[in-house]
Amino acid sequence: MHTEKIYTEYKKFNAKKVFYILIFTIILGIIALGALLHGPSSIGFKNSFTALFKETGIASAIVWELRLPRIIMAILTGCGLSIAGTVFQAILKNPLASPYTLGIASGAGFGAVLAIIFGGSLYSEYLIAGSAFFFAMLSSLIILSIARLKDPSPETMILAGIAIMFLFSSLSSFFQYIGTMEQVQEIVFWFFGSLSKTGWKEISIVSVMIFVPIPFLIKSSWKLNLLATGDESAKALGVNTTKLRMQGMIFASLITSACICFTGVIGFVGLVSPHIGRMLVGSDHRFLIPTSALIGTILVLVADTFGRILWAPQVIPIGIVTSFIGVPFFFYLLIRRTRGYW
Amino acid sequence: MLKVHGLKFKYKDRDILKKIEIQINKGEILSILGPNGTGKTTLLKCIAGIIKPQKGSFSIGSKNMSHIKRNSLAKQISYVPQSSPSKFPITVFEAVLMGRSPYIMWRPSEKDLKIVVNVLKFLKLEEFASKNFDQLSGGEKQKVLIARAVAQDTEYLLMDEPTSNLDLKHQMEIMEVISNMVKTKNVGAVFAMHDLNLASRFSDRIIMLSRGEVFCTGRPEEVITIENIKRVYGVNATIKNNNGILYVFPDKPVNNKNSNLINKPPNNQAHSEVFYDSKIKR
Ligand SMILES: Nc1ncnc2c1ncn2[C@@H]1O[C@H](COP(=O)(O)OP(=O)(O)OP(=O)(O)O)[C@@H](O)[C@H]1O
Ligand SMILES: [Mg+2]
Repeated sequence: MHTEKIYTEYKKFNAKKVFYILIFTIILGIIALGALLHGPSSIGFKNSFTALFKETGIASAIVWELRLPRIIMAILTGCGLSIAGTVFQAILKNPLASPYTLGIASGAGFGAVLAIIFGGSLYSEYLIAGSAFFFAMLSSLIILSIARLKDPSPETMILAGIAIMFLFSSLSSFFQYIGTMEQVQEIVFWFFGSLSKTGWKEISIVSVMIFVPIPFLIKSSWKLNLLATGDESAKALGVNTTKLRMQGMIFASLITSACICFTGVIGFVGLVSPHIGRMLVGSDHRFLIPTSALIGTILVLVADTFGRILWAPQVIPIGIVTSFIGVPFFFYLLIRRTRGYW
Repeated sequence: MLKVHGLKFKYKDRDILKKIEIQINKGEILSILGPNGTGKTTLLKCIAGIIKPQKGSFSIGSKNMSHIKRNSLAKQISYVPQSSPSKFPITVFEAVLMGRSPYIMWRPSEKDLKIVVNVLKFLKLEEFASKNFDQLSGGEKQKVLIARAVAQDTEYLLMDEPTSNLDLKHQMEIMEVISNMVKTKNVGAVFAMHDLNLASRFSDRIIMLSRGEVFCTGRPEEVITIENIKRVYGVNATIKNNNGILYVFPDKPVNNKNSNLINKPPNNQAHSEVFYDSKIKR
């Protein structure tokens, strides 16, 4: 083969990845606009559109205070969970890892349970979110300390994470046992995940917590590529693997905790979008991180829109719809993939 | 010149390497020989900075390298592992491009890409460039890992059994290519090897390790002797010298009656006896 050809082939290969990212950005834009203009309420396309630019009373309120925050939150969680999932899979060198692998969801769940049952007079949405966030981060800190004490290998972290998961799950079950009927119902609902209660305040908090770590993770893309070839190779190529793994864990946990503390557990998206991304653009994290972020965002947004429309005025919880849409799509890709990739 | 001085390495409380002294010259191939489990891989990993020895220092030229940053070390020493797993799919081109990592912050430069193209050509890997690394044969993978180290373009090149998965022709090809590179680019190469014939043919110097210690070192014909093979490997062998190239013909393992000839473990045995005694007393 001619050397010129190898070179152009690699360039083409990368250009195709950039093309995917562009396409998905456009698709996301279209879907977001669709979700903004169409909803279960009967204000219609045209009114929604004018409401975007003009104060039109009820229509404006629906578009600006109900739909838009919801759409933005869907984008934030989809993006955050997918990036966290991609990073967890890379640093744990495990394709089964997800934002919840290290017991983070169980930690958050336990935090929510505590707040709902013992909140008393302090009870508020923010108390639940704060407590969920605290315990989610706590579980990841426990794992980090264990990794520091023993060894910072993916195996140690995953095993510790599984132990933490069981611990917090049984604690949650135990306290649900004590709780009243209403409290238990609220807990169950929290675990389904929901974007219903999102407002601008929540959005600003979550944005800060996910957009501060994301640049760091994107900057580490190349190093994350090296981790996949094994720690020894990565070290020999100049990566401080322990440091990268610890930092990656802290940032990915932070993003995960921030995403789920307000919305509850939106499963599957963080596991599946990195895989879909890898099928499309391969495992170069410089392209994989943006691609899987876009895919996750689209998935959550579509799921939420369907959840609102399908059974209106009932809203099907986002966590459930995400899996309903994601799983068949994932199976389809899994079976159909023909090229030697992924 | 890379110098290793007083290197000691333990796993838990088991001594693996004891007081190793090594000198690696530029423009020279140094082979490390020794039976399974003597510590060849461990030694290479210590030098490449992958694991930290408990004691010892090493220097390149007059510069002490013990506390150097990993990224700077990777610009001077490359390491080819015995095997490399890949958890996620990458193409051969991407795998070789990873050799440029010490110079890449986020994005490979045009120069990096050019180097990779040249290395692929140099090692006759062009046709594999866009194939998936995981779907190569064991030998092809090994060639790709070697290509990655060549792309790293370092002064010192450490390879752990680089030819173990290669067929006869590729073994010769790789060794030829590397020894050419060693001479033309003035690189210092270290190979951990099992093939005595290949080692004696291509090495300028050989170090024979036995139980974590340097048993002997010197030019191939000084090290590869009937006596040394018997002592270190416990095998009777005949050696033929054909126009300066040595050929080793293993005969049969030294039988147990003469096993006192084999280099004995210095302290392990004593340990196990103590352990045994204390058990009996109970
Ligand atoms: N991670 C580890 N933990 C504990 N002991 C280890 C570890 N890795 C290697 N060892 C031990 O260290 C000794 C030296 O191992 P090393 O891999 O360096 O041998 P080697 O000379 O490369 O052998 P081979 O020819 O089989 O590759 C062996 O006895 C091995 O059991
Ligand atoms: Mg070895």
